[in-house]
Formats: sequence, C-alpha cells, structure tokens
Amino acid sequence: MLLTTLILGAVLGGTYALLALGLTLQYGIARIMNLAYGELTLIAAFVLVWAFQGLGLSPIISILLLAPAGYLVGWALYTVMMGPLVRRAGGSGRLEVDSILATFGLLFLIQGVLLLTAGPNFTSISYLDRGVSVFGVSVAANKLVAFGICVVAGGALVVALARTRWGLTLRAVALSPVSAPLVGIDVNRTMRQGFALGTALAAVAGGTLAMYQTFSATGGVVFTMKALVIVIMGGVGNVGGALAAGLALGLVETFVATAIDPGLTLAATFAIFLIVLLWRPQGLFRRR
Amino acid sequence: MRKTLSLALPLAALVLLAAAPLVASAYQLGLLLGMATYVTLASAWALFSGHTRYISLATVAFYGTGAYTVAVLNESLPYPVVLAVAGVIGAGLALVVGLSTLRLAGIYFVIFSFGLSELIRELITWYEVNVTGTLGRYIFLDITARGIYWQMLALGAFTIGLTAWIHRRRLGLALRVIGDDETVAAHSGIHLARVKLIVFVLASTIITLAGAIASPRWVYVEPSIVFNPTVSFLTVIMALLGGANRLWGPALGAVPLFLVFEWLSSDFPDTYPIILGLLFIAVVFVLPNGVLAGIERLRQRRKA
Amino acid sequence: MSFLSIEGATKRFGGLTAVDNVSFTLEQGEIVGLLGPNGSGKTTLINLLSGALPLSAGRIALQGVTLSGRRADTVARAGVARTFQLVRILPSLTLMENVMIPAVFGAKAHWGTAAVAVANDALARVGLAGRETGLAGDLTYIDQKRLELARALAAEPSLLLLDEWLAGLNPTELKQGIALIRSLTDSGLTILMVEHIMEAVRTLCPRALVMNSGALIADGPTAEVLADPHVVAAYLGQVDADA
Repeated sequence: MLLTTLILGAVLGGTYALLALGLTLQYGIARIMNLAYGELTLIAAFVLVWAFQGLGLSPIISILLLAPAGYLVGWALYTVMMGPLVRRAGGSGRLEVDSILATFGLLFLIQGVLLLTAGPNFTSISYLDRGVSVFGVSVAANKLVAFGICVVAGGALVVALARTRWGLTLRAVALSPVSAPLVGIDVNRTMRQGFALGTALAAVAGGTLAMYQTFSATGGVVFTMKALVIVIMGGVGNVGGALAAGLALGLVETFVATAIDPGLTLAATFAIFLIVLLWRPQGLFRRR
Repeated sequence: MRKTLSLALPLAALVLLAAAPLVASAYQLGLLLGMATYVTLASAWALFSGHTRYISLATVAFYGTGAYTVAVLNESLPYPVVLAVAGVIGAGLALVVGLSTLRLAGIYFVIFSFGLSELIRELITWYEVNVTGTLGRYIFLDITARGIYWQMLALGAFTIGLTAWIHRRRLGLALRVIGDDETVAAHSGIHLARVKLIVFVLASTIITLAGAIASPRWVYVEPSIVFNPTVSFLTVIMALLGGANRLWGPALGAVPLFLVFEWLSSDFPDTYPIILGLLFIAVVFVLPNGVLAGIERLRQRRKA
Repeated sequence: MSFLSIEGATKRFGGLTAVDNVSFTLEQGEIVGLLGPNGSGKTTLINLLSGALPLSAGRIALQGVTLSGRRADTVARAGVARTFQLVRILPSLTLMENVMIPAVFGAKAHWGTAAVAVANDALARVGLAGRETGLAGDLTYIDQKRLELARALAAEPSLLLLDEWLAGLNPTELKQGIALIRSLTDSGLTILMVEHIMEAVRTLCPRALVMNSGALIADGPTAEVLADPHVVAAYLGQVDADA
C-alpha cells in the first residue's frame, strides 16, 4: 500500500516536476508570470490525443514533435505579446502586473478555443495501459513511459543548464538581468529563449500527462496552480528545487488521494503552499 | 460649487436608479441588477487592487462564498442574520488569506488568489458529498427581484462612498504611497501589511455580501454554479477598462461591459470566452491605465 | 548613554559578510561622514540602521531604545529618516503629498492643516516652496533630490541618514547642497552621511568613519582619518603603508 503510493506518487511527481521546471524558467529568466501556462500544457495534451486518435501517431513520437513545436509557440508568444510589455515596462515593477493581466486574458482565450474545438468533456486515450510489475506493485506501462520521458527531459535540461555555455547564459540572466549585458549577454534574446524553453517543457509535460490521465479543456488553472506552488516551494528560478518539490507534491497528492479522498488533491496543494508561505517563503531548498 | 455638484450628481443618479424598477420590465430589471452587481464588484475590487496593484483573481471565491452561505443558512436563520454571517465569513476568509500572503511580495498574493476559488469549490464539494450527502441546495426566500436590486444598489453606493471617504483619509494616502513605492512607504512610517490587510478585508467583505444578496436569483445553487471563474475575470477587466485607481473608473467600465457581455453570451455563447480573452488582452495593451486616464492624456496632448 | 549606539552590527548575505561586526556611537547634533570604497558595506549599514534589512547579529539603539529587529516603519516612527542612493520619489503624487507622507505616518501623526504646515516648511527649507501642486514625476534630477530630502525632513527625525545625497550635482548645486545640509545641523539634527565627495566631507563633517570590506577601519577627526595609511590603502589598493 505504502509502496504503491510511493511509486504512483513518483510517477505523477515526474510530470509535475517537468511542469514546474518550465514555469520556473519562464518566471525566473523571462520574468513573466504566465497564468496561461496550464492552458499551454492542455493544448499539447489535446494535440497528442488528436494525433493518436486521428492519425494513429504514437504518443512518444508526438512528444518528440511537441517539444520543438512548444518552443516555437513560446518564441512567437514572447515576440508578439510579452516582448512589447517588457519594453513598455522598461525594467520597472510594472511588468509583473502587466504580464499577469495579459496572460490572464490569454488563459480565457485559449480555454475558449479549446472548449470550442474539444467541448467541455473529459478526454483520455488508452495507450499501453496494461500493468507492469515494479517492486511487486502493478503500474500501468503508460505511466512508466511518461515517467521515463520526464526523467530524460528534466535530466537533460538540468545538465545543460549546469554544464553548457548556453546554460550559463540563462542562469546569468536569471540571477541579474541588469548586469548580464555587462558581460556581453543579449538579455532580450536570452529572455525569449527562456520563455520559449519553458513553453517547450509545458508541451512535453502536457504530452506525458495525456498519456495516462483524463483531462478537460477547463482544467488548465489547476495545472498552473500546482506548477506555481512547486516553483514557490522549490524557490523561484531554482531548477533542482523545482524538481525535488515537484516529486514531493506528486507524492503528497497521491497519498491524500489514496488515503483520504481524491477530491481533496487541490486542498493538499494549497495546504502545502500555506505552510511554505508561513514557514519559508524563500523556498524550501534555497541556500542561505 | 464643484464640491456640492460632485455630491449632488451621484445622489440624484442614485434616486433615479432606485426609482427605475417602478417602470422597468422584468427583463430590464434583470439588466439593472446585473449592472449594479458588477459596479459593486468592480468598485470593491478596485478599492484594494486599484492602488496597491495587488491583482486579486479571487473575486468569485468571496462572491461564491457569500452565495453559498445563504444557500446553507436560508432556511434556518432570518435573512438579516444570514447576511451578517456571510459578511463575517467573508471577512474571516480574507483575514486568513491576507495574513498569510500580504506581508510577502505581491506575487504570492496573486498566486494564492488565483487558485482560491478552485480550492473553496473543491472543499465545499467534498464536504457536501461526504458529510451532508447532498450536492446542490435550494434558496427559498421571500425576496422580490426589486428587493434584491435595491439592496445591491445600496451596497454599490456604499462601496463607492466608502472608497471616496477612504481616499480622503490617512488610509487612502497610505494606499497610494504603497502603490507608488513600498520601500518609501515603509521608511515613511507606514505599516504596509496592516494597511493592505485592512483594505483587503473591507473589499472582500463587500464582495461576499454582494454574493449573498444576489444569491436568491439563482434559486438552485451548487458549487460549480456560484464559483464561476468568469465572475473574477469580468470584475478585473471592468475595473481596468474604466480605470482601477479612479473613484468612478470601475463603475464606468462595469456598465457598458456588462451590457456587451450580456449580448455576447446570449448571441455568441460559443465564442464568448474567446472574445473576452481578446478584449482583455486589448485593454492591457491599449488602455493600461483605463479609459479615464486615456481621455485625460488626450486632453493634455490637445492643450500642449 | 550615547544618542545612537551600534554594537557589533553584522549582516551576512549567504557566504558574504557585507557588514562585519561594526561598532560606533554618535552623539546628538553630530554630523559624521561614512566613507569607504564601493562595495565596502556603507549602504548596507544604512539599510540596517533604517530597518530596511534585518541584522544577522548585533544591536542598534537610538536614545536607549532598541531599533534592531524592528520593521522599517517602526524605525521611521522612532525618529530615523533617510534618503536613498538611487533617488526614490513617488512619481504619481504631488510634491505636497510626497512630503506630507512621513508627517502623516510618522511619530507625530499630523493630519490636515498641521501636516500641510510641516510639509510646506520642509519644502521651503530645500528651496521648493511654491511648487507643491506639481507632480513629482515631472521634476529634474536635482529637484528630485531636494524633494527626497524635504520628505526626510518632514518626518521631523532625530537621526537623518543621507546616502550619497550630494552625488550627481554640478559645482553650483553642490555648494547649495552643502549649505543646505549645514543649515540642518543648526537645529540639533544628528546626521550620518555616506559620501564620496571629499570636499563635502571635509567641509561638513568634523568626524568621519571609514569602512572597507564590511569592517570599520577608521573612526576619528576627518583630517586624521583621511591621512590614515590604512584608509589610503583601502582606497588605492595594495599601497604599502610606508610608501
């Protein structure tokens, strides 16, 4: 029983971690608080379902295609929508308010389009849903595949951020957008990359989610909310923290769902959020 | 002269609006009530968010809480007591949210408010299903549409009056300073968290009462009906369109937008959210400070 | 009992100790210069004194009342006013409102005509009389600096912290600025000023403190302190003390 919770929680946590990773990149590097993040995730989830049902495309191939597509969408969104706001704010605190409001509008826009095209009902696919035994616990194969994708994608990103010159640039802008230009970094371009990369992660997370969960066009808010809570828990802009906190939230949620009531998962998320805010608002994993 | 006029005009308008139901049809009365509701919501929202720039996305969390309180208590307590209980619950909820988020950076408050209505809806649903065993309640109150309208009108007038009064007090000055620069505010002796908390609780209580007053119109109430996120969304866009840091800005935004939304939701029910989203983005890009500020800027440009 | 006493004030940011065990006292009516190279911890010390940052260790007391551990607004109400290194005015408020704020929310909590009188007085002292209805956002840089000083004065503080208030002024404005600060000390106000302009420090401050890498390395009469080989070394790098 406990082992089941642990394994299922870790699987769910993998997707959450990826989800939060994208949001922490968008907020940490591009300084955009993207309230439509969950809706971007949902678009990817719906695309995967349609590709699977309509074209018979394997979800794994879909996810491989979704990542670059997400990057392009993020790039375009930043260029058309966020960039002008960043320029208008000119480094003042106004960007935060403006981006919150603009993405709040985007949330309803995307939700409206999804409702129009997919309807209000829950959707899911049946893909690799036979059980596989893991330490004696039967876990659906699709969950394992999804978890594997999350580990690979998240791991690759962590390594890239830590080891490559490109990762160093992203981290420099996250740390200090004011002084990054002094060492020859094109901040505007880096921010756009950060935003686009975050959207790509949202797309991959949405794809993996669609492999094993049911979802509907109106569920984006909950995804955004969970990703936000994980980002706060992990410390804004802290990649390792987001991964750890994502896993932790997946575990807590699975525990609450199995031991208490599946209808209280959001309540569990909020309870954690409250505790973090009251106890360590700078995040659980921030080095002091 | 100007001063008496700025008091006489709104009072005259209030008398006219209060007399309107005597000649209005049922449909028109419904529209009047809707307008009064959104003027109240947008004005109360702007009371807190307009100056502090702490964007609250939780309007419907309080509005729905008010409505649901009436749904639960309407058969066991007299109506005025039910309203009072709703107000107390709203204030208590605001106090908890405010105490845990308002001493931190604004973003924490925004995030918390973003998911708050989802949370409350989930909690109530869980409670009703598991504890009381019923999802969905009826409100049988002996209140006419007119009565609801008059109450809402009074609440709206009170909200605008309260805003005007606060703006001429210490509290209003403190709010404006906080909106411009929190650091300066703190170093000038302003207790940031207390000012924000007081105003947030005031605004949230008003919004909760608005939900309680409006609730008899529904007759049948269930969490997914009263916690409709569109209410939060509309409130924000109305206040922003008119100008959230002006006294009459929210009302000015609420009246035309409510009518537009009524028309959109009846004639284009499918594309309604899309149009809303686009409109919202347009407001942020084109009129970031609201129509009133935009008009002023145009005037100044013409003078110069 | 000293007017202001700082005992072992320390501020650490992660591994960096920005202010390292700094202790000194000020007497009422003193005007003292706080010097040191960039990054030596002067502004951090001002932030500790004004309550903008909490201390990691140590104690700060004003007239025997402990200030350390208190929020910025209660420190302000206890009689500490400050200006900011990068000037901070409230752009959407009028000059009058800008200056009225600390009078309204300060220790004396003036309101109505009393607050207006305090603000007018402060505006007059910095040479901005008659412009109270203009918007602060429309001011020139020097006038913004004046406004910021007026705002600090309207708090009717007993301790005034100036963070490079004279920086960025042209020679004429500098002369006016020095005269303005001098006029303040006549009223018994205690001033601690971070300053890089040595001419101003020499003219205004009989006493100077010097910080380097977070530590207080000199405290004494300005002329002596500026001739101190350690201080010279701190400013110029590894210059041998005997050279």
